[in-house]
Amino acid sequence: MPIYEPGRRVAIIAGVRTPFAKAGTALRGLSAIELGKIAVSELVHRTDLDPAALDLLTFGTVLPSVLAPNIAREIALMPLLPKRVDAWSVSRACASANQAITDAADQIALGHAQIAIAGGAESLSNVPILHSRGFSDALVAASKAKTLTQRVQAFAGIRAKDFIPITPAIAEPTTGESMGQSAEKMAKLNGVTREEQDALAYASHINAHAGTTDGRLTAEIVPVTLPPRFESAMTSDNGVRSDTTLAALAALKPVFDRRYGTVTAGNASPLTDGGAAVLLMREDVAKSLGYQPKAYIRSYAYAALDPGEQLLQAPVLAAPVALKRAGLTLKDIDLIEMHEAFAAQVLSNLRGFESQYWAERAGFSAPVGEVDRSRLNVMGGSISLGHPFGATGARVTTTLVNELARRGGQFGLMTVCAAGGLGFSMVVERA
Amino acid sequence: MSTQPAVTLAVDDGIAVLTFDLPGESVNKFSPAVIEEFSAHIGRIEKDLTIRGAVLISGKAGNFIAGADIDQFLAFKVAADAARASAFGHAMFQRIEKGRVPVVVAVDGACLGGGLEFALACAYRIAADSPKTVFALPEVKLGLIPGAGGTQRLPKRVGLQAALDMILTGKNVRAKKAVQIGLVDEMVHPSILRQIAIQRAKELAAGTIARQRDSRHHGAKELFLDDNPIGRAVVFRKTREMTASKSGGHYPALAAAIEAVAAGYSANSEEHGYAEEARLFGEMAMTPVCRELMFLFYATTALKKDGGVPAGVKALAVSRIAVLGTGFMGAGIAAISVMQGVPVRFKDTAADRVAKGVAAVREVIRDGLIKRRITRQQFDDQVGLVSGTVEYTGFGRVPLVIEAVFEDLAVKQAVLRETEQVLSPTAIFASNTSTIPIASIAATSARPERVIGMHFFSPVHKMPLLEVIVTPRTAPEVTATVAEYGRRIGKTVIIVNDAPGFFVNRILAPYVNEAGKLLDEGIAVDAIDRAMTGFGFPVGPINLIDEVGLDIAGKSGAIMAEAFGGRMQPSEALQKVLSAGRLGRKGKQGFYAYDADGKREGVDESVYALFTGGAKRREMPKEEIQRRLSLAMVNEAARCLEEGIVRSARDADIGAVFGIGFPPFRGGPFRHADAIGVAEIVKQLDSLDAVHPGRFVAAAILREMATAGRTFYPRSGRPV
Repeated sequence: MPIYEPGRRVAIIAGVRTPFAKAGTALRGLSAIELGKIAVSELVHRTDLDPAALDLLTFGTVLPSVLAPNIAREIALMPLLPKRVDAWSVSRACASANQAITDAADQIALGHAQIAIAGGAESLSNVPILHSRGFSDALVAASKAKTLTQRVQAFAGIRAKDFIPITPAIAEPTTGESMGQSAEKMAKLNGVTREEQDALAYASHINAHAGTTDGRLTAEIVPVTLPPRFESAMTSDNGVRSDTTLAALAALKPVFDRRYGTVTAGNASPLTDGGAAVLLMREDVAKSLGYQPKAYIRSYAYAALDPGEQLLQAPVLAAPVALKRAGLTLKDIDLIEMHEAFAAQVLSNLRGFESQYWAERAGFSAPVGEVDRSRLNVMGGSISLGHPFGATGARVTTTLVNELARRGGQFGLMTVCAAGGLGFSMVVERA
Repeated sequence: MSTQPAVTLAVDDGIAVLTFDLPGESVNKFSPAVIEEFSAHIGRIEKDLTIRGAVLISGKAGNFIAGADIDQFLAFKVAADAARASAFGHAMFQRIEKGRVPVVVAVDGACLGGGLEFALACAYRIAADSPKTVFALPEVKLGLIPGAGGTQRLPKRVGLQAALDMILTGKNVRAKKAVQIGLVDEMVHPSILRQIAIQRAKELAAGTIARQRDSRHHGAKELFLDDNPIGRAVVFRKTREMTASKSGGHYPALAAAIEAVAAGYSANSEEHGYAEEARLFGEMAMTPVCRELMFLFYATTALKKDGGVPAGVKALAVSRIAVLGTGFMGAGIAAISVMQGVPVRFKDTAADRVAKGVAAVREVIRDGLIKRRITRQQFDDQVGLVSGTVEYTGFGRVPLVIEAVFEDLAVKQAVLRETEQVLSPTAIFASNTSTIPIASIAATSARPERVIGMHFFSPVHKMPLLEVIVTPRTAPEVTATVAEYGRRIGKTVIIVNDAPGFFVNRILAPYVNEAGKLLDEGIAVDAIDRAMTGFGFPVGPINLIDEVGLDIAGKSGAIMAEAFGGRMQPSEALQKVLSAGRLGRKGKQGFYAYDADGKREGVDESVYALFTGGAKRREMPKEEIQRRLSLAMVNEAARCLEEGIVRSARDADIGAVFGIGFPPFRGGPFRHADAIGVAEIVKQLDSLDAVHPGRFVAAAILREMATAGRTFYPRSGRPV
């Protein structure tokens, strides 16, 4: 059963994103806030939205700036938008933009808002580098010191190792396991081979390249003028490799388990910079303003499991719930977008969909079923396009609704796995 | 005259608060009546021994005192009248400065001219911490010098160098800077301004703080230059030299201001400085330069209130705009729009062109960042308002589109047709063409009543004029909207009718052409340019062609020749230089030579080989060059007025001064004609026509006016 009332459903009007760039490359001079502003500004312009009509803006990010932690508010304060636009930021690892979207959709469904922008952004070129605990303690003590002697004393206990800065690691705080190690473990647990993973990565690049050259992907992208000189524009993602081959992928060495591993840099998503946003409206409001929505949100579900088990397997628990809430089964689904953190994770998720064990774990008597691979990630995925943590959810949503409309399908399913053993799934219905 | 008082006095706890609030006006100005009122209040304050201190404050939030009401200057018949008015001001401010009761001035908003001179006479100055609070002595901009003690008291407060800088440029000093240079004693939040002013008045009365404290910084530079006679002599000498070379001797008020300041240091008696200031103020008030600069002030003020459309026609709200074409002009238009907070959809045909356009916008805005007019945040915000695109997306709600694409009729028509597909029916399409008739561009439009011309001048962010060009079909609402938008982005707007060259380029064409004819006659390039900069133009006509580019000048010349025939036939010299492939500055080769960085070096002697007569140039008196060129322009301006291209002599003069740089101290072509005498102009034209048949046939309107003895402007009183 749909969780949104007929006539007052939440419409997805359009989505826009920046090009995605591998961290440390073209977009390194722009912060997550700036990337978010670029996407939101273009979304407002492209949809001819009257900014005065906007009620709220929600945005997701995983590594927020220490100096400006509420990215949503910083973006909403751009002069294009009225200052009264409410804004808050959310954090749900790689599903952060999805959380932003469902937050906004819930506000619309509740009648608290009519028009919202939701999205996310990440700059992995600009991660905060932290001082060590020892050095931080000394700095705090020095700032409280009243005399020069006290100030000097504050640093007396510092050791050489305290000068080593701390960079945020992509690892689970509870288990200490890195994301890659988790993917490696999942490949082994679910019997996913290296060949399967490389084939999936290869398909990701081929599909993404096709979507870029025929303009389906670039239509979702706002060209970004590049610092420091701002004299050239980046119009497409720089991680997509048109020239990749299965042989080239096979030649790469495993990263996380050098002896028996299967996860390589080629079949994992790269660290990426980018921002993305979607425009949401209540169905009747969209109609009265003359908008033709791409799709409506039919249902969604979140799920969680023990991160020490299979860190990225929770979409398998979320998807059947979302489908049940939508009153649909996999057979009704015309198109699937599944976030590709690792090829090993995608293949593990797909196996989970077919498994009686995972069905029962999710509280269902029968599995979701076997996914028709020709309907999966038809314009590539995070392995080829890149994965700016906070932004990916909005990128996936945009591509799903655009391609669903283009193909004339009726229902689309998306899943996003996230750190902490979290998973997300949403069903959209073409307008 | 209103019977309501402009100044009210309220006494509480021994402190008199004088509130200046000129009835029925948005700003406070000094007039003889206001001075009278102040004088009476000061008399009472001096006599009433219960009053210990006083505060002067404005009753208009964010507006202190804008200076003197310049209408009173029109009444001066001879220099002595003006000098007497100045001396009267001196006497009143002396009473404030030297009187028993200390006066604290609380400044919130612009404190200009006489307002600042009043503040300088007070014992203590407090500025409200607000961007509206600025201090300036703008008298030189009107060809005057400060006449109420400004040249005497300002150097004492801020030191000689800072004072000369303010007096000779008339520039605004913000509150924070005013504190730094010692112009004001402190800066407080506007909401506690009055309270602190009263508190300070009490402290001054009690003697716990001193009157007229020296609060400026005395660093090494000040000690060496400002604070000793030898240093000051150096400063005066340098300033005199620099002023003379910068003003070309056309602006006597600059030299007079320096002399008035110097007089304050030279004699032992304080009176000498004030007497000199009054004398020089009187002299300046009688100069033609002052008369013409005052005319321009009146003319631009009148123009701002005159929408150029029938009464009742309302301008539409312009919440955002689109700019087509991301070249130099488009970037300039986009930049000045986002600087006023207007979002710009910035379109071109390729992403890299858009990127370069956005980069150019950043460069224009960065200027404000470097000069600290804006913060980093404001810079980012303004740049963020530009959104580039290569598609016609985001045009659906845009009320105004300005095209600045390639100067070609077919291209502009095609762009118009494409754009109309995506625009709302009420959207306005404005073309930034410099020569193509708007009606020709509108010919293919589905909605010709929404098509109009907006002729910006290059560089857009620096040139003050905007020519709005209307066709017979343009809807008045469209004209009103575009004119209003032009004013919003800081332009002086004249509304002209559609014809080749509109107004500004139309009068420029015969002027530049005449310069070409002089080349044909064997006159040297630099002789022509020198004669015209001597006349008061910012650059000479040949230099101007190099700046504009020969290709563009040639193109516009051809359009003008086709439209107006014989008298606009391009000179042989121009044609030859163009066909030799010289493009001017942008090609680093034109009439002048340029170095690798594009810096102008001097006349490129090799250019003469292209001309009849070759390198052998003959002399011509500069007066003759000036006469031929200026009369060509005046005569063409008269034709434009006659044909109704321009609405009034006022608009024409503003267009010539702000669009071309016609010498401001001459007021414009028609002010110039009035000064010389229309009959004399006709006589000179006739004698030129006898020698150069075809080009100097006097416009009918000039001949009629000469016969009737009429002038373009009233002979006395307010000029417009």
